[in-house]
Amino acid sequence: MQIYLPIAEVSVNAFLLLGLGGIVGVLSGMFGVGGGFLMTPLLFFIGIPPAVAVATEANQIVASSFSGVLAHLKRKTVDLRMGTVLLIGGLVGSGLGIIIFNYLKAMGQVELLVQLCYVVFLGMIGTLMFFESLKAIRKSKKAGGVSVPTRRKHNWVHNLPFKMKFRVSGLYISVIPPLIVGVLVGVLAAIMGVGGGFIMVPAMIYLLGMPTKVVVGTSLFQIIFVTAFTTMLHATTNFTVDIVLAVLLLVGGVIGAQIGTRIGVKMKAEQLRIWLAIMVLAVCGKLAFDLLVMPSELFSLGTGGH
Amino acid sequence: MIRLLVLFLLLAAPVNAEEIVLGLSRDQVSITATFEGSEILIFGAIKRDAPIRTDSDLGVIVTVAGPDMPVTVRKKDRRLGIWVNTESVDVDVAPTFYAVATNRPLTEILTFTEDLNTRISTQRAIRSVGATVDSAETFTEALIRIRANHGLYQTLPTGVLVQEESLFRTLIPLPANLTEGDYKAEIYLTRGGEIVDLYTTTIPVKKVGLERWLYNLAHENAFLYGLMSLSIAIAAGWGASAIFTVLRR
Repeated sequence: MQIYLPIAEVSVNAFLLLGLGGIVGVLSGMFGVGGGFLMTPLLFFIGIPPAVAVATEANQIVASSFSGVLAHLKRKTVDLRMGTVLLIGGLVGSGLGIIIFNYLKAMGQVELLVQLCYVVFLGMIGTLMFFESLKAIRKSKKAGGVSVPTRRKHNWVHNLPFKMKFRVSGLYISVIPPLIVGVLVGVLAAIMGVGGGFIMVPAMIYLLGMPTKVVVGTSLFQIIFVTAFTTMLHATTNFTVDIVLAVLLLVGGVIGAQIGTRIGVKMKAEQLRIWLAIMVLAVCGKLAFDLLVMPSELFSLGTGGH
Repeated sequence: MIRLLVLFLLLAAPVNAEEIVLGLSRDQVSITATFEGSEILIFGAIKRDAPIRTDSDLGVIVTVAGPDMPVTVRKKDRRLGIWVNTESVDVDVAPTFYAVATNRPLTEILTFTEDLNTRISTQRAIRSVGATVDSAETFTEALIRIRANHGLYQTLPTGVLVQEESLFRTLIPLPANLTEGDYKAEIYLTRGGEIVDLYTTTIPVKKVGLERWLYNLAHENAFLYGLMSLSIAIAAGWGASAIFTVLRR
């Protein structure tokens, strides 16, 4: 069934959108990522104008993250205090990110920089996570299938001032690292048009030393607010949020997220991480391929303006 | 050749007037939520006071043009191993939709000079005044090619059916990705390549119903629209969670 999107001004198949929303929703619930890094390129691919895709995706991530976070709240796997600290950083970061984005747009190479950002960050994080989880799986196999929680190393992160107790995460660390993580994720999220979960999740695990089970819920909690903020910014300045597109994606998305959260609970943390790593690397590979191989159409059209 | 053409044109000078009488299958195109593209049937008759001329061939040209909008055409080139946008040309005026239907190939029924003046052919309908790149031609060609692939630019060389030298009709397909606005339909009557009559009409393409309402709200009441989008998102997220909780019990 074809449906005409009033803001995007294109006609697309409604079932295709529902399906895309559903698949991305499952992944979102499983891994605690908003799914934007998958959905935004997919929307480009089916012919949604990039500006509309980015803005609408932000709105859709609000829905799937909210649905996911409710499930996590029930299981008490959300560190609200840590989430709030990350959120403060995130809002500052996304404000900065939008300034950077507009500056790059004025220079006329924003598309390339966004793509390079994707390739570099997805590649780095994917590789790091892949080998780390592989090591963890091997270790847990040797220990007879029981994963022993490794004692976290005492590094520079623990010597900074403004310490705060994060009970849910079982951490007593300075608020500076989470704030910096929040800002960085916010900047990248605004430039790349995503929620930023795929960067935040590894940062929380490897940099802050948070337990994996808490990471997913806390990341979703922070993403809700950052993407809500982004949605409002896009809606009021660029008028590019397409509510019909958003509804179709989120109907599939919220259902998918619920299923995903339940699958995620049944899987081992190491397994979860290795699958996320493979997915991240696959998207990275596809984008890198597009940059390296000669495109079939060398020309592209952009909205006019000098 | 040119001399022959001039002679031909002199002979073809309007002796008796021929006039277009037009009909449209619809006087507006409504974009609804389930809009999948459409088509317009343009038909008419040629009214004359005198018997049918036999000195020159009759040409009927129907053009339908969407609202003009500037567009930037970018070209990719290989730099440091990756494909990046290098050159770009700003096209000042490019119709968002353009269809040319004729009863015979355009060059046979329209002279070069007439085309220059009236800008009928797709190449002429696009204007890039300030192009600084040497090969600006390839950029406009690319624009036409890309839009043609999306069904937005159409050349229908035998799209107009002429019967008995006096009745004509053509069907212009409209793709689903139409831009809103007033679409200008022009019907030209030519004799020996010279235009003898022109009929112009507009076909408004408009969003209606829910599509109209949402579009207006998004532009005129953006803050409210943003809040509405967020509320729907949160309600949907909560709703799905609640339904699944019930289902699990």
